[in-house]
Amino acid sequence: MTLLAHERATSSEVEASGSRRTAGSWRPRAGHFFVLPYVSLLVLFGIIPVLYSVYLAFTDVDGAFAGFSNFTRTASDYRFWPAVGHVAVYLVIWLVSLTVLVVSLTLMVHQIASRRTKTFIRFAYYIPGALAGASSVLLWLFVLDPTVSPVAPILKLIAGDHFAEVIAPSHLPWIFAVIAFWTGAGGWVLVLYGALNTIPSDVIEAARVDGASPVRIALSIQLPMIRKSITYVLILAFAAGTQLFVEPQLISQASFGVVPNDYSVNQLAYQFAFTQNDFNGSAAIALDLLVVSLITTSLFVARGRLFDTD
Amino acid sequence: MEMVPTNLTPGRRPRRASRVRAAALAGVVVGAFALAACGGGTSVGGSKDIADSDSQYGFKAETQGDSQITVWVDSTRQPAAEAYNKAHPDNPVKIVTYDGNANGSNSFKTKFQLFDRAGSGWPDVVFTTDNNSASWGSFDGTGDLAAMNKGLVPDDTLSGFADGALDVCTIDGVSYCLRNDLAQNVLWYNKKLMDQFGYTVPTTWEDYEALADKVATEHPGYIVGTAGDAWTPEIYMWAAECPANDVTGATSVTVDTSDPNCVKAAQMLDKLIANKTMSTLSLFGPEFAKTEGDKVLMLPGPSWYGGSVFQGTLKTPAGEIAAAAPLKWSDASDTSTGNVGGGAWWISSHSKNLAAASDFATWVTSQSSFDGTLAPTYPAFSSAASDWVAETQKSGYYANDISEPFQQAAGEVWSGWGSAAFSQEAIWAKVVQAGMTQGKTIESLLPAWQTEIENQAKTLGYEVSK
Repeated sequence: MTLLAHERATSSEVEASGSRRTAGSWRPRAGHFFVLPYVSLLVLFGIIPVLYSVYLAFTDVDGAFAGFSNFTRTASDYRFWPAVGHVAVYLVIWLVSLTVLVVSLTLMVHQIASRRTKTFIRFAYYIPGALAGASSVLLWLFVLDPTVSPVAPILKLIAGDHFAEVIAPSHLPWIFAVIAFWTGAGGWVLVLYGALNTIPSDVIEAARVDGASPVRIALSIQLPMIRKSITYVLILAFAAGTQLFVEPQLISQASFGVVPNDYSVNQLAYQFAFTQNDFNGSAAIALDLLVVSLITTSLFVARGRLFDTD
Repeated sequence: MEMVPTNLTPGRRPRRASRVRAAALAGVVVGAFALAACGGGTSVGGSKDIADSDSQYGFKAETQGDSQITVWVDSTRQPAAEAYNKAHPDNPVKIVTYDGNANGSNSFKTKFQLFDRAGSGWPDVVFTTDNNSASWGSFDGTGDLAAMNKGLVPDDTLSGFADGALDVCTIDGVSYCLRNDLAQNVLWYNKKLMDQFGYTVPTTWEDYEALADKVATEHPGYIVGTAGDAWTPEIYMWAAECPANDVTGATSVTVDTSDPNCVKAAQMLDKLIANKTMSTLSLFGPEFAKTEGDKVLMLPGPSWYGGSVFQGTLKTPAGEIAAAAPLKWSDASDTSTGNVGGGAWWISSHSKNLAAASDFATWVTSQSSFDGTLAPTYPAFSSAASDWVAETQKSGYYANDISEPFQQAAGEVWSGWGSAAFSQEAIWAKVVQAGMTQGKTIESLLPAWQTEIENQAKTLGYEVSK
């Protein structure tokens, strides 16, 4: 699945350059049939809902045009900015640790000489990611409770003796980042590993002959050459991170509400829709997230020169 | 565009927000056809959208027929619904189990709001473990719950419920639920331990506090209560007549957590937490049963603690646990107690067979046992309650006669603590409990508690006065 994702990323680049050549004489090809199921699902469950939330966000309950009132109303809600703050802190911790740790892990795995060890490690990295979302967070509910946790001594040392102390508000961004890292990082390591493999071995070989150390090779050759893949990882991690929902929602339920059910922006949108019956406000918050994601993604794309052809 | 990368995400759950959004939107699409604004009318049997003085039920009902009805129950109430089907083989109900709206899951409202938008799909009867849905169901366009006391359920039946049992789900004179069980707070204690330590059971909160001091020095480790659950205010603040949740109208609430009654309860809790006789662990967390399960000397709490906590979670042996009447503050004129939950049965005004729905809800609330098994909680229907107490006593689990304290407490629930559309438990957990984990005292958190109640209330359209 991970390799597939990577292939898609690169194949879209190939396709982009390919379509330039055949501009003007369009006819269906095998490739179009391959993407057809994906595109139709995307339209049904991606594009149409987004358009519908745009409609909802700019209308009131009766469907009349409401301008930006849904946006101002939700942004002035007393829970909005705390939620934005929570997600922002979480994102900083998660994105920085993701980039640094995933890149170093990938480089290390790539350096390992034994083929068998490599295969084993790659498989081990992938296992947590294979657990479906909510169930992996459920697992963490046990890990975070010092009474039943296999890492209880560590928890007691750095967080507290009781579950309630472990999930104190100041610990939450770190906890969510650790959960996100544990469930997601393995998959990202594989993506970057795949990218490292595309670097021609003669380039590395030449550097080695010139006396470059592994660190030097990593910094001057490998990192610049997989820059696009790192950008790609960052974009997806950012998009997923801003949509933080499952972790705080489940921990909120497990803590009987000590972690509030409006901790993240997405949870707040959920509260608007289902506690306040305010679907328009909910859609406005969802659009806020989309806009932030789009702006940040464009920055990443521009800075990481994602769409440049080599 | 945003969706494209999201769906490719490898390890991380990709479709979380989009799934929520899609669910919301799917409902909306269909709902666009359904939302029709209805004309005025007085508050006869519910929101002005459905009130109708010409209807025999007091609200606009669907065309009635004899279709099979659907009921939603939690797993604990499933045997009750199955027993109904066994007793009524000719017109069985379709049983659907769900989480019972428990632990703030809000699933009752969530699902109903989607049905409201879709214009179809409502079940006929729903059970919830809490009873906080009346205000919500009385608003325009949400839930459209059926009024019980405007012609749907006979007055004879309604008067069979314990005094005040239906108050929690009555808004402006309209009752929206049939109460399943009372959850009146009593003083639970371990008679064996109290005898062994030579203590007498306190009757006032002051005595209770003094005894806690004694326990702290003479038998450290033993506890006299817990303040680690979200319903802590419903035990201690409610009993102190703290005006934190005085619902004065359909959308008005009076809140003053700086009232001396709130302060005295907070100070008592802080003192007992400091001397470690008041636990701050959740009763239902794994930690409590493991570390303090056999250290419970006293435990102020609802009637359902007997079966659910002592017999169930803590597995305290038979013959040890006893119940005493609720404690009294010596400066108060009467004894007041609180109430923690107590489930409720709701009927949808959209039911196409209201007669069957009403029959079902009346039957399940008026039984003390289902198919030979005693009901899990103290019934709100008086005659069922007497049978239930008599049968429970026969089981021999309790060390004293619990019927008297139970019945006394049932009549002492203070009516100044209402039931609003927002959850007091969620507010307490978010502000006070979260503050307690950082070592703050409850007294110091009272202003934050006030602010959060005001904010939540205003968000839901309440007018807040102090």
